[in-house]
Amino acid sequence: MLTNAPLPILKADTLCVYRNETPIFINVSFTLNAGEALLLTGPNGAGKSTLLRVLAGLRRPNSGCLFWQGKPIELYTHAHTHRVAYLGHQDALKPSLSVRENLALFVRPEHSAEYKKLDHSGYVTDSKPNTLEAALTAMNILPLVDKPARMLSAGQKRRVALTRVLLAQAPLWLLDEPSLGLDHMAIDFLGTAIAQHRAQGGLVIAATHTPLPMPEAIQLSLLGTTNTPPS
Amino acid sequence: MNSSHLNILFWGIVLRDLRLALRHGADTLGSVLFLCVTTTLFPLALGPSPDLLRRMAPGILWVCTLLAALLPLERLFGADIDDGTLDHLLLTGISPTLIALAKMLTHWLTTGLPLLILSGPLALMLNLPMRVLPILLIGLFLGSVILSLIGGMGACIVHGARHSSMILSLLTLPLITPALIFGAGSLDSAMTGLSWQANIELLGAFAAIALPLCPLAAGAGLRIAAE
Repeated sequence: MLTNAPLPILKADTLCVYRNETPIFINVSFTLNAGEALLLTGPNGAGKSTLLRVLAGLRRPNSGCLFWQGKPIELYTHAHTHRVAYLGHQDALKPSLSVRENLALFVRPEHSAEYKKLDHSGYVTDSKPNTLEAALTAMNILPLVDKPARMLSAGQKRRVALTRVLLAQAPLWLLDEPSLGLDHMAIDFLGTAIAQHRAQGGLVIAATHTPLPMPEAIQLSLLGTTNTPPS
Repeated sequence: MNSSHLNILFWGIVLRDLRLALRHGADTLGSVLFLCVTTTLFPLALGPSPDLLRRMAPGILWVCTLLAALLPLERLFGADIDDGTLDHLLLTGISPTLIALAKMLTHWLTTGLPLLILSGPLALMLNLPMRVLPILLIGLFLGSVILSLIGGMGACIVHGARHSSMILSLLTLPLITPALIFGAGSLDSAMTGLSWQANIELLGAFAAIALPLCPLAAGAGLRIAAE
């Protein structure tokens, strides 16, 4: 849990991204404290996915700055990769590999001690599912672990991709349409995982078009280039 | 991140790609069959004169092997970039340079190595003297490593361009001409009884320069591709 931190964990300051000199979004600002969630909404093409990629450090903003506990992220890009668990709009699974083989690279078994040195947000990693089996159980997909990914349905693939988010054991979850293709029961599992993550001091930023089980989430609506930051 | 974790990730990527190559054998098999077919076309076109074939063999083998190794390059990074896997690899904290190096190593293991093994029997078919076979294999070993490195770099850079496979060949082949010249030259020298060491050493020098530089350039290309 967070102990009297004076600074917000994540702060975005007037982020702007252009593609070929066309603005995708301009002047996006927000702050997030431990345990808070941000819901990104907006029409198609408003830049939700691009904003998530910027927050993940996969793309540099054309202007504006991101701060993690007051430190600009661009100076600590390597450290930032360890804070991020990213769910893209693609599931990024190889059809011919089994679920276990697909996820094997993303199990981070022993980093919690070093990780706490990197990062003083007080995020509790010890009680998180840090084995493949535990993470798969949390997403209710354990029986499919040895099936090749091509045999899975779209919703099952999404659940495997969500398992990768759990395996990252990172304080910042960036979820691009996490409920895509999920049934009601799977959305409940997702809600449980998100609630547990927030209770441990983690942050969640999700882009979505459908309601997500994220109570008391801050809304940030991207409206193309006429966007204004939330009050 | 400590070095043991980096090690695990690096070999994890290599193993994963080897596993994928095993389950989709078509890429490797395609290169191997391409080399077989193109090499056998030469005797048909040039006539079965053993002397002529022996003289042409170094050039034929080198050109065909390099062209065959070029075939699967386009998908080397393309598949991972297109399905979003690259984003997740980058977020594991491993540097793009190491990702590129792992991919290049996999390309050599799944394409360069089978071609190298096959080039032996093909050399005998073209009437290459047995005594120069080791020189062919040493030269092709270095040549295939160079092609995996330079070709991997090219594949990263051209990704996303239209007609990328054509641009890839146009970009990569001129860059590996020194390897071709030294490699075929070493065999020529050996067959005429001249000293072949200098050519092989130059090949080795080329590989030694490409080994650190190509993954660096490819890594920069991967970063841009991820954006």
